[in-house]
Amino acid sequence: MNKLSSNWLMVLGVTILALGPLFMLQGKEFGATDGNNTAAIQEIHPDYKPWFEPVIKDSGPEIQTFLFATQAGIGAGIAGYVLGLYKGRSQAHKKTDP
Amino acid sequence: MKAYHRKWVSLGSMAGLSCYLILGSADPAAAMHIAEGFLPVQWAAFWWAVSLPFFVVGLRSLTRITKEHPELKLLLALAGAFTFVLSALKIPSVTGSSSHPTGTGLGAILFGPLIMTVLGTLVLIFQAILLAHGGVTTLGANVFSMAIVGPLVAFGVYGMVIRTGNQKLAVFLAAMIGNLLTYLTTAVQLALAFPAVQGGFLASFAKFVGIFAITQFPLAISEGLLTVLVWGWLQKYGQQELQALNIFETGAITHE
Repeated sequence: MNKLSSNWLMVLGVTILALGPLFMLQGKEFGATDGNNTAAIQEIHPDYKPWFEPVIKDSGPEIQTFLFATQAGIGAGIAGYVLGLYKGRSQAHKKTDP
Repeated sequence: MKAYHRKWVSLGSMAGLSCYLILGSADPAAAMHIAEGFLPVQWAAFWWAVSLPFFVVGLRSLTRITKEHPELKLLLALAGAFTFVLSALKIPSVTGSSSHPTGTGLGAILFGPLIMTVLGTLVLIFQAILLAHGGVTTLGANVFSMAIVGPLVAFGVYGMVIRTGNQKLAVFLAAMIGNLLTYLTTAVQLALAFPAVQGGFLASFAKFVGIFAITQFPLAISEGLLTVLVWGWLQKYGQQELQALNIFETGAITHE
């Protein structure tokens, strides 16, 4: 097995791990972010009141999606840029001094 | 080496698949960072105080690295970008809830754990302020779990496993165990702050661990695989940088 196919196998593995649950647990809403922690806290200490509010309160699912997508997009863009640059550089090296 | 890869890839996929089959119907649960305001004041302050020195030392070694090796800035950007992407991805898990990887393992292996304290903190600030995910008051605690314990563990695991000579396995386990320990730390923090009326710390701890344990496992595997993927590219195309980091001289990482 060459390097390429082992990379693809890893991509496949991640894809299965990420998308598998969607197929297996149809119709389930994949849970609230910090929800279960906070629910558990309130179960243990029912009279605990959070003493500070988020800087930006609930901005709704649309905006959350926008912000998370932006975060991932920025990160992926930079990562792709760096890896692409490295790859281009090493290929240029190969051409100039064989 | 190649035979090794194959073995671990298939072992990984088998483990993942059996996870699904066995745990597919477990309880819904999700655990991420500690939400804003959900640590009592004294604990919030305590974790801020604990995390701050790590951040300061990390910041200093960050400036030192960029000064001494300006050519490594791009690689630093990559390490930061990697954790930026991964911590934005809320991935569904077998338990019917979602959680996200942390992405701090890669940078910790490359640059050392304290550099990732700085980069991880930036991610956490972004999420706390814009996304109401985590929080400003709980930032100290979340930094400690995701940007201090996670990278430290990843760094340590890499250092130990690399002695077997299998670099990919070392990277995989470092990223995976770093991820799991991040969430374990969150559970400890919550249990310390909220001991159960009956059973105290341990009862609480069991409860908080139960929330994330199964959810987090497939995600930790994903994080390990993705980290190995990027690592492979770096080995192929970024030899100059890796050599600047001295990775290959001693077989372990030496900095400074």
